[in-house]
Amino acid sequence: MSHGVKTTISYPVDGAMGQTGVWRDFRPVLDSSKCVKCLKCWISCPDACIKRAEDDTISIDYVYCKGCGICANECPTKAITMTREGLGE
Amino acid sequence: MIIIDTGDRIAAKAAQMARPEFIAAYPITPQTVIVEKTAEYAETGELDAEYVRVESEHSAMTAVIGAAITGIRTFTATSSHGLALMHEMLHWAALSRLPIVMVNVNRTLGPGWNIWADQTDALAQRDTGWVQFYCASCQEIFDVIVQSYRLAEMEDVQLPIMVNYDAFVLSHTSMPVEIPEQAEIDKFLPPYRALWQIDPDDPITYANMVPQAYYGGIRKDMQDAHERVKDLVPRIANDWKQRFGTDHGGLIEQIQCDDADYILVTMGAFGAEAKVAVEQLRDEGVKAGLARIRVFRPFPAEVFRELAKGRTLVVVDRGVSIGAGGGIYTELKSALYGHSIAPVHGFIAGLGGKDVTYGEMSEMVKRVAAGNAAEVEWWGLDGQGGA
Amino acid sequence: MAVKSLPKEELVRPGGGGCPGCPSSLALRIALKALGKNSVVVMPACCAVVCVGPYPKSSIDIPVVSIAFEAAAAAASGIVSGFKRKGKEDANVVVWAGDGGTYDIGLQALSGAVERGTDFIYICYNNEMYSNTGIQRSGATPFGAWTTTTWKGKDERKKDLPAIMRAHGLPYMATAIPSYQEDLFRKVQKAMSIRGPKYIEILAPCPPGWRFPMEKMLEVGRLAVDTGAFALYEYENGRLMFNLKSKSILEKKVEPKPIEEYLQMQGRFAHLFKPERNEAALSQIRAELDENWERMRKQVECGVA
Repeated sequence: MSHGVKTTISYPVDGAMGQTGVWRDFRPVLDSSKCVKCLKCWISCPDACIKRAEDDTISIDYVYCKGCGICANECPTKAITMTREGLGE
Repeated sequence: MIIIDTGDRIAAKAAQMARPEFIAAYPITPQTVIVEKTAEYAETGELDAEYVRVESEHSAMTAVIGAAITGIRTFTATSSHGLALMHEMLHWAALSRLPIVMVNVNRTLGPGWNIWADQTDALAQRDTGWVQFYCASCQEIFDVIVQSYRLAEMEDVQLPIMVNYDAFVLSHTSMPVEIPEQAEIDKFLPPYRALWQIDPDDPITYANMVPQAYYGGIRKDMQDAHERVKDLVPRIANDWKQRFGTDHGGLIEQIQCDDADYILVTMGAFGAEAKVAVEQLRDEGVKAGLARIRVFRPFPAEVFRELAKGRTLVVVDRGVSIGAGGGIYTELKSALYGHSIAPVHGFIAGLGGKDVTYGEMSEMVKRVAAGNAAEVEWWGLDGQGGA
Repeated sequence: MAVKSLPKEELVRPGGGGCPGCPSSLALRIALKALGKNSVVVMPACCAVVCVGPYPKSSIDIPVVSIAFEAAAAAASGIVSGFKRKGKEDANVVVWAGDGGTYDIGLQALSGAVERGTDFIYICYNNEMYSNTGIQRSGATPFGAWTTTTWKGKDERKKDLPAIMRAHGLPYMATAIPSYQEDLFRKVQKAMSIRGPKYIEILAPCPPGWRFPMEKMLEVGRLAVDTGAFALYEYENGRLMFNLKSKSILEKKVEPKPIEEYLQMQGRFAHLFKPERNEAALSQIRAELDENWERMRKQVECGVA
């Protein structure tokens, strides 16, 4: 353990609860042609899984995305759709 | 410098001289004087510390924990129901390995409301992982509080320490106490250096969930630290004696044990009383001795295994675990089992602050010596026994 | 303020333990954008602690102090003092607590810390129940809501904890909701700029607890505001100031949407509609809502709080 004495001291990492992407039933899929870079999806993701690039384009972190669907629900242009996992798209 | 003052005021003085940087405490009889005196010290600047007048004992221990994790020395005090109220956070402090020092004025629990001395309050906390000292004089109160910081803050220890003494018998009784110079105390007790701390520069998470596999190791580490305390207490006491001249013993204080047939085993103010009982018994030709427990946690098992050889032990308990027995009695027998066949007799006395005199303690030993004592006796109920 | 202009830096990591769609996780993410790195967050036992993740890992990039359920504000008091001794008074000490640790078991410590003028920000994410232990009722559960300890719906009204906070005379308090991110951000920033105790209550529509599809989390929140079930406002220097749609509702510039729209989105109120409508309960809900808004209008009119 840390700091010379055994007590619960932890450090921040990605995936503290594991690879939470496996929780998904549905995955958000972006159609960038419809994206107007409003960044509503970016600010609405409880898990910071929508990554915002320098030019305000977004990408989705599928390793950790839990598939809650808020991003798709909030997107004003329906650029994100929730697609069933495991159907081999 | 010698001052004459009550246990509580001496405790406050010791706390002030140990230079804690944070105090949070809630008043409860008979600890109130400590809270009042330390508040006064903080306001006059005699104590350079943050002082938070919390709204309960549970919050007192929690606030102390909050301050301690930022890496500063802390102090608090309580008694009885207040100690019971902070029980959850006693576990928290010990599992967090924080070197907090707390005075507990031993007062029993109700109902009925009883503000007087017995040790049930601290006994009920013996599983929490705190080191526990029991004092028998105001001098010892002063010395142990300062020594406790040195002990608690050692890298090999990192445990919170409870310094106990009897309600009113010590808390409100004046005795002469030799107070060292602040500069000398500072040499004995260097500034606290935390092993880890909460600091915005270091994004650690403290006290999050812990999976099953890790938990046992945390507990074992606490136990290992307690084992080290057994060696460190006498060493620190010796260092203090070299510097300041006062001495109260190590894990236990032994009085006339070398050639004793009967050894009184007790702790707290009863220990002071028992000293006189030993003299009285010796005058009457009984080879009595006293083993006054100073450190109850960690329990000084090894010391007693040695001491028990060829003796009869007469335990006088001022606290009881209902359904099992006297606190010292049960732990002592457990420590001796498999190591010693020495007879052990238990007396449960003085609960709820009933006075027990040295005369009565002599009676107890004589009852044992005459073969008239049961294995365990409750003393002084319903008007039995001496006044 | 547009969503785009909110700080890009993330102080939360992906892969934490929150349920998908967790309002606390989102609200904390936004609050941390305002608070920044020079902060410490204190969490009593609550969902957020589980979201942080298990030892030896964590998902928060600032120090997190977890503490016993009833004790967050007391721990914060100690930390504030400790930081003062260490010359770190400029660091934000923030409590992030659920309604259990705020309205109920934590109320004493909160009241004590606020009464003592502790310089900290206490943020309660209120999902109106004890969600961490499995959706039991709390003092913040609204009248009529199903929980695992109020199977027929709660008989009592919810406590008005913001009013209790104002009764302490603290310098600032606000309500917020993750559906309105810029508003939440601004209020946290506002609290940071004021010395003394600040209280922010964030309504946290919880998908498993309130029984609605997780993708609707922000929508349910908007409906809470649009129907008047939740009012967005601030309190400073003894005065109440309403925000966004709540301001329009207060000033009667806009009719609140019918409360039933909000109730019918949530399974925890389903028993008020099926197998038949519980008209008595629904009238009581509407009456309570009207009463609250009338009282708030009078308070604003008289300049009291």
